[in-house]
Amino acid sequence: MTKIAVEKLNLFYGDFQALINVDIRIPANKITSMIGPSGCGKSTLLRTVNRMNDLVDGARVDGKIIIDGDNVLDSGYDLVSLRKRVGMVFQRPNPFPMSVASNITFGLRVHGSAKRGDFDNIVEDSLKKVLLWDDLKDRLDRSALSLSLEQQQRLCIARLIAVKPEILLMDEPCSALDPIATERIEQLMIELKENYTIVIVTHNMQQASRISDSTGFMWLGELIEYGATDMIFTNPKQKLTQDYITGRAG
Amino acid sequence: MNPKLAQKIAFIILLLATILVIVPVGMIVVIIVVKGAPAINWEFLLAMPSKGMRAGGIFPAIVGTIYLVAATILFAIPVGVFSAIYLVEYARENLLTRMVKLAIINLAGVPSIVYGLFGLGLFVIFLGFGPSIIAGALTLAIMILPIIITTSKEALDSVPRSYREASLALGASKWQTIRHVVLPSALPGILTGIILGISRAAGETAPILFTVAAFYLPRLPRTMFDQVMVLPYHLFVVSTQIPNIKTEYTYATALVLVGIVLIANLAAIILRSKYRKKI
Repeated sequence: MTKIAVEKLNLFYGDFQALINVDIRIPANKITSMIGPSGCGKSTLLRTVNRMNDLVDGARVDGKIIIDGDNVLDSGYDLVSLRKRVGMVFQRPNPFPMSVASNITFGLRVHGSAKRGDFDNIVEDSLKKVLLWDDLKDRLDRSALSLSLEQQQRLCIARLIAVKPEILLMDEPCSALDPIATERIEQLMIELKENYTIVIVTHNMQQASRISDSTGFMWLGELIEYGATDMIFTNPKQKLTQDYITGRAG
Repeated sequence: MNPKLAQKIAFIILLLATILVIVPVGMIVVIIVVKGAPAINWEFLLAMPSKGMRAGGIFPAIVGTIYLVAATILFAIPVGVFSAIYLVEYARENLLTRMVKLAIINLAGVPSIVYGLFGLGLFVIFLGFGPSIIAGALTLAIMILPIIITTSKEALDSVPRSYREASLALGASKWQTIRHVVLPSALPGILTGIILGISRAAGETAPILFTVAAFYLPRLPRTMFDQVMVLPYHLFVVSTQIPNIKTEYTYATALVLVGIVLIANLAAIILRSKYRKKI
């Protein structure tokens, strides 16, 4: 089942066209990874889905991104409800300079979507889902900045989960982490895909092939090829894809 | 020259320059404390002046200073902090914001006596407040606005972009992001600006000369529209306008003024470190 349908998406930063006619259908409850060299537009594509690109001066977009039947690029589309449903994990872990618990309840407080009395349960639930509960249950009022980078990134995911999103956008979520932490975050993503639709942008082709169900390859703003991950990595249809995967281009 | 010797000479020169910074501060404090402390007692702090200010206390000047600084801060903080938030978070780079920034820089460079005359013209005469706490406080507030705006802007600018992105990506509105993420992180820096503003407002004489300060007024103000005695001006009066006054009396007045500024700073510093710890 398609969760996100991107249709004829073009995006400009001033005169520069960062996305060219991108068409892609992202399936629900799967991990979809986007690969390609730096500057190919994969992060831009991700940031268009939750409209973080609105913050960039001079960014212009046309085309459609349809989530659950509605085009989220419509100017009247409610950004708050969009971003509640579409959470984002960033390249560098970015917990707020607050306690672990306040980080998780931030979204609830902002949206007023839960009673104060339920906060403790939600904190516990969210931390359990990212496998941090056992480590942090006695340190909930410690500053989130005192955690290790891996714990911070998990906390950022927990913070999203507390808002009950349907889609998780992950922009190179492991690039600041060491290999062991990376592997554990990957494990977590595989566990999460049961309940969430995950789109991950990654530089790391092994990572894409390890965890994702389908993979898109982007080059200079265009989606060159998109399909099942094992097909892309073992039997790509486009020569450019093959060259990139084997290290001859990029 | 032998590099080791050059290194030694450079080190000594840099060290001496640094020590020179301490000397005037140390001398001011030591002289004021040594000469002023003997005259300080409850009567001096809590009594009205008498015998042409040669005896009695400086109570009305202390109260006047506290009222004046409090009123100044009340006017200056909202305007200063809010405009800094607007400039950093909302304003786009255009002619208007460039003019506002230029105005702030120029406001910081205006000599304090010019503020005094401006306050006299606008608040005392044109708006008809007369010499009063409100006229003096508004004048001082305009004077310390650039300090508060500049330090608040720096504090807001230094809040990492990633905090804002994280908050917006969670569906918070821009204002919620400012209110719950940006402001708490910037608060220690903003408080630093307020501390500087308090010190400046408490110590200036020229802006209050025509707008609020009374030469001799041995009673306490009842409303914002009353004139008051103020410590910096009182210090000027007792040191130059009144013959045959005991010098301890003058130094003790200076000591009280320095003490009030120090206490205000200390309070703000404690507040700031409390907020730092939270982060």
